[in-house]
Amino acid sequence: MKKLLVLITLSGLIYACSDSGSEKKDSSTGEKESKNAAAASSYDSTKGAGKFTHVDLASSLDHKMADGGKAVYDVKCSSCHKLTGEKLVGPGWKGVTERRKPEWIMNFVTNTEEMLNKDPKAQAMLEICMVKMPNQNLTDTDARNVLEFMRQNDGVK
Amino acid sequence: MRMLNQYGLLAVCIMMTFGLPACKPRNAGAAVTGDAAERTYVAPGKYDEFYNFVSGGFNGQVSVYGLPSGRLLKLIPVFSVFPENGYGYSEETKPMLNTSHGFVPWDDQHHLELSQTKGQPDGRWLFANANNTPRVARIDLKSFRTSEILELPNSGGNHSSPFTTENTEYIVAGTRFSVPMGDNQDVPLNSYKKNFHGTVSFISVDSSSGQMKIAFQLMLPGIDFDLSHAGKGPSHDWFFFSCYNTEQAHTLLEVNASQRDKDFIMAVNWKKAEEYMRQGKGVKKQVSYVHNLYDEKKHSATSTVEKEVWVLDPKELKDMVYFIPCPKSPHGCDVDPSGEFIVGSGKLAALIPVFSYTKMLKAIADKQFEGDYEGIPVIKYAAALQGEVQKPGLGPLHTEFDGKGNAYTSMFVSSEVVKWSLKDLKVLDRAPTYYSVGHLCIPGGDSKNPYGKYLIAYNKITKDRYLPTGPELAQSAQLYDISGDKMQLILDFPTIGEPHYAQAMPADLISKGSTKFFRIEGNAHPYASKGEKEAKVIREGNKVHVYITAIRSHFVPDNIEGVRVGDEVYFHVTNLEQDWDIPHGFAVKGAANAEILIMPGETCTLKWVPGEAGVYPMYCTDFCSALHQEMQGYVRVSPVGSSVALTFSTNKAEPDSTLAK
Repeated sequence: MKKLLVLITLSGLIYACSDSGSEKKDSSTGEKESKNAAAASSYDSTKGAGKFTHVDLASSLDHKMADGGKAVYDVKCSSCHKLTGEKLVGPGWKGVTERRKPEWIMNFVTNTEEMLNKDPKAQAMLEICMVKMPNQNLTDTDARNVLEFMRQNDGVK
Repeated sequence: MRMLNQYGLLAVCIMMTFGLPACKPRNAGAAVTGDAAERTYVAPGKYDEFYNFVSGGFNGQVSVYGLPSGRLLKLIPVFSVFPENGYGYSEETKPMLNTSHGFVPWDDQHHLELSQTKGQPDGRWLFANANNTPRVARIDLKSFRTSEILELPNSGGNHSSPFTTENTEYIVAGTRFSVPMGDNQDVPLNSYKKNFHGTVSFISVDSSSGQMKIAFQLMLPGIDFDLSHAGKGPSHDWFFFSCYNTEQAHTLLEVNASQRDKDFIMAVNWKKAEEYMRQGKGVKKQVSYVHNLYDEKKHSATSTVEKEVWVLDPKELKDMVYFIPCPKSPHGCDVDPSGEFIVGSGKLAALIPVFSYTKMLKAIADKQFEGDYEGIPVIKYAAALQGEVQKPGLGPLHTEFDGKGNAYTSMFVSSEVVKWSLKDLKVLDRAPTYYSVGHLCIPGGDSKNPYGKYLIAYNKITKDRYLPTGPELAQSAQLYDISGDKMQLILDFPTIGEPHYAQAMPADLISKGSTKFFRIEGNAHPYASKGEKEAKVIREGNKVHVYITAIRSHFVPDNIEGVRVGDEVYFHVTNLEQDWDIPHGFAVKGAANAEILIMPGETCTLKWVPGEAGVYPMYCTDFCSALHQEMQGYVRVSPVGSSVALTFSTNKAEPDSTLAK
């Protein structure tokens, strides 16, 4: 009887431990896995994690916004990012608007911690730079202006 | 072993039968309740329920603990320089410690009071007194920094301070030492009775900015003012102060100030004082004291000399100040949550007198005076007395309230806390403290609505409570659960300096508004560099101003040449980070001053006077990132008269040359 109890307890423990693992095949965990998979597949790594799901870009540059973005860049970004393609602390900005979607950029500069924790591209850059990008607490307007300044830097007129 | 246990049990039984209350459990475990750990455990990542602000006594600082865990959260430098962050060392904070006697690096900080609105702590400011060189400070509870320090003229030993009225209309400051005042202060000590006076200052507090100003001082007889508390509710217009040394001794006070059976509780009608001020009855006295203000936008303090103070004389201006006899050498002066009862704790008395505000008013109306003391009416003891707590213990000091009709008084000599009922003044419970308890604190315990869940005893003697650390020990504090009928000891925790009075309040009233960083856009420091583009080095005669930025993980500039021996070099370091908890530090070899710690968005200045030619390393002292160890640079110092040009750069193999302006 005692042995049986131990067995039951042990199996319970194994069940509990494997909850987040992938080996259990019973229906309840199976369901959970598929949910996880669904959650993973619903993450759009081109747009990144954050509040910006859709950013409209005009074909021509908004100079006022770009000027605002330059002012933010001078105070909060230029310490680590050059406007050329050369890496300083972080990557140079040349071509960034071609490499990344606008949503990804705005999410990254406003939701830095979460992006560094889950976004594959952000994590790949962290492995190269080895310094976590500081959250410089940009407002939504700041972020949009910085994006416009990046577009200007990439030749949008 | 079993025998021993039985004997032990027997011994305890005998002690309990015959020994109480004189014998107390002597070892650490004896008095602790079984589930104490559970009741004080705050799991990793979880927050405490209360902030506990604890005065530092002789260290001049304020420490902040979480309750019920007793975890130390922060030390706030107030009246002392602080090597952790450069307070009092940086150019910006040096003016905070300026006094009419010059720069005072270390004072003695005794009592704290949270600002109140409608008689309850509102979480805006914390006031602190300096006992030695008399001052009052205001600490901002958004930034947890000292924002203002006001010196007090006509004062010696600012002890009965900084207690507040119900809406922080005034903070008070009363003199422990009476001193000579006026033009000639070089008088014989034995002319005490003729030449010495005490004062009580009423400091007005601006309701929006918090700025302090001495509204008026009361000129009082040469006695010692010890502690105080404001009236509340019906007694809103009054302030009460304990007084000792009514014998007016100036030597061996231990004996000579313990002669009279009763000293006084002084009752001040501050509304009446305001009225006299409005009627122009105040006398303007020429004095000299300083007023230091920290500007959070400029990240800098200024020190201003003030020259005048308004004084009211209660000998001339009637109906403003009264004395109530109080046995014997009273220390604590505490007002219950209803505002009706005033508790005087006579250190040398074998009872605790409780005075009634209503009876006091009636006694004044009926002129039930036993005479006057230097022109101030003395109310008959029995006329103002509600009753006496009989046989409370030995050496009553301070009383706090739980809001449920109970009072708790610390007993220094008999090392215990005594709980008694405000209704019938009967003792309900007593709990031992380890050892020689001074002040007590219940969250909101001197307000209109105490949060009567915990009581903390701040003890003066530690002895064997913790692992020994040589002759000098941390002070011991004890946390009691007072939610039930009996007080239950649930935690010991060491404290820093020597705590006197403390305050506590629910954490969420403060934590929500806590500053996380300073906005770089709002930085109005005259030497700020908002972005690396503004970093530069400028020479003005023998002064060299280095506008230097810090961000993970480099300085701009980090290579500087053209500094000369004997130059006054000012490193104005701006931390460009805009995220919570990313300070940078700054140190340069041979700096005789200190290091500094700069919060995100802040500018802070370290002065450095190099004494020899050579190359001096500088670096960040706060581990800021994986490449923190790379956050470093060099300053080249050349001899006096050298022609090496002033240059500065970061990441240039051949530095740009910029001529000195």
